[in-house]
Amino acid sequence: MNKLELQKTANEVRKGIVTAVHGAKAGHPGGSLSAADIFTYLYFEEMNVDPKDPKKADRDRFVLSKGHTAPGLYSTLANRGYFPVEDLPTLRHLGSYLQGHPCMQETPGVDMSSGSLGQGISAAVGMALAAKMDNRDYRVYTLLGDGEIQEGQVWEASMFAGHRKLDNLVVIVDNNGLQIDGKIDDVCSPYPIDKKFEAFNFHVINIDGNDFDQIDAAFKEARATKGMPTAIICKTVKGKGVSFMENSAGWHGKAPNDEEYAVAMADLTKIGEELGGAN
Amino acid sequence: MADVKKIATRESYGNALAECGADFPNLVVLDADLAGATKTGVFQKAFPDRHVDCGIAECNMTGIAAGLATCGKIPFISSFAMFAAGRNFEQVRNSIGYPHLNVKIGATHAGITVGEDGATHQCNEDVALMRTVPGMTVVVPADDVEAKAAVRAAIEFEGPVYLRFGRAAVPVINDRPDYKFELGKGVLLREGKDVTIIASGITVASALEAAEKLEADGISAEVINIHTIKPLDEELVVASAKKTGKVVTAEEHSVIGGLGSAVCDCLCEKCPTPVLKIGMQDVFGESGSAGALVEKYGLDGKGIYESVKNFVK
Repeated sequence: MNKLELQKTANEVRKGIVTAVHGAKAGHPGGSLSAADIFTYLYFEEMNVDPKDPKKADRDRFVLSKGHTAPGLYSTLANRGYFPVEDLPTLRHLGSYLQGHPCMQETPGVDMSSGSLGQGISAAVGMALAAKMDNRDYRVYTLLGDGEIQEGQVWEASMFAGHRKLDNLVVIVDNNGLQIDGKIDDVCSPYPIDKKFEAFNFHVINIDGNDFDQIDAAFKEARATKGMPTAIICKTVKGKGVSFMENSAGWHGKAPNDEEYAVAMADLTKIGEELGGAN
Repeated sequence: MADVKKIATRESYGNALAECGADFPNLVVLDADLAGATKTGVFQKAFPDRHVDCGIAECNMTGIAAGLATCGKIPFISSFAMFAAGRNFEQVRNSIGYPHLNVKIGATHAGITVGEDGATHQCNEDVALMRTVPGMTVVVPADDVEAKAAVRAAIEFEGPVYLRFGRAAVPVINDRPDYKFELGKGVLLREGKDVTIIASGITVASALEAAEKLEADGISAEVINIHTIKPLDEELVVASAKKTGKVVTAEEHSVIGGLGSAVCDCLCEKCPTPVLKIGMQDVFGESGSAGALVEKYGLDGKGIYESVKNFVK
């Protein structure tokens, strides 16, 4: 996909996020919207996956370590063709295959159940290790929140990944700057994030995570990096694309009511029109 | 029992893994800096490419095992029960239990027979914790023969399994040609009519010793070895309770949540029967030799004999 196609797709993913969370009357739009461009790039450009064969053995793997942004993953998977976009509003409903946090047994395309922060990265490390053990060339991607990296297990996993030189692993940090209780640097600052991953023997790339040129360059650089894992620290805007959700900690885990939903969809429709309509 | 062969079940664990390594090419063993103590060093020596030392980071080790399992490996994570089940509880629940991944947890140094290290390392709560995880199989082998058979059975079984091993050498009681191990099937070791003693792990040998002493006093004790605490062999437990009308459970574990609780959960629903639970009575352990601790907390043959005698009179 070219940049414009990616931008249009990401905008559709954002509509799906807002629609899913509105349908659920609960969920986490802020961190789903901030990472929508990363989700889109991974599933539409970077990863070797096949929606018709979600479990094919040589596929690239993705673990959503910040599992509460399941709406972002689900909307991306739906738009990629794993399941109908029309099912997104069943998110969090009793009996839905779209659980509040990712469940690998329920949802096609979900490679690992996650949601308890700090645990997903370890599973991703295990997948990368399995590829190395079997001399397979699939790659493993995991997305973490910037608040999530306050969890100690993240650094246990990073120490191991660096030690084992897992160059088939890419750790992506969605640095939208906000967590439930406020700004991450007010609550318990994880900064400098890049220096920390460097200290754990990662190749580190700092980018604007809402800019597809920078995203594209970063993932190409990660692919070319040998002998060490890569961490891509993505500066993003929480709630990106929806006017009243942008840079607001209050929209971390709250659903829009009907009026707010209409405003959000109008915001995204306008962005879509500015991009020149559908792909 | 002076001339009985004694082997610690953690030795059996390491040996069984090494013996199974060639038969199961997907078998991978993970450690958290305790390969020497958990005895998985034997496997490491035989299959260095399939042994992963994660350093002192049990929670990460558990997640790595989960990731390996999603890619078709059969990982065993090895650590002391305190860390494998205790520190790790939520990782086991969410990264292994919830996705029902094919990870085996080899927990050594369980219970008070850890000995001199004392209460911080004597895990008397692991069976209780692991039993509560939906879909988890929980196995507490009694001796070398059973421990090795349990490891192989766990590998052949698809799904998460918690295996509990001890530090101290224990008598080999199952060394007979017709020995068979089946997950979820208890073993009737001795028939009796006055009382049923249900034991697991190191207390199985103690229960057999107690039954002999009770026999001398004219009390006929049935002895059952429940090596699989979950799923429990309810049929065997209920049948014996119906027969004797009195049940004693004996375990190297807290009486809250372990074998005794599992037996009571079953009997209160299916065959209400008076039960005496022998085990750690809601207390922490302490430093001391394994033998001295087992005696102090009443888990040796003499202790079980006295408790049962008081209970049935």
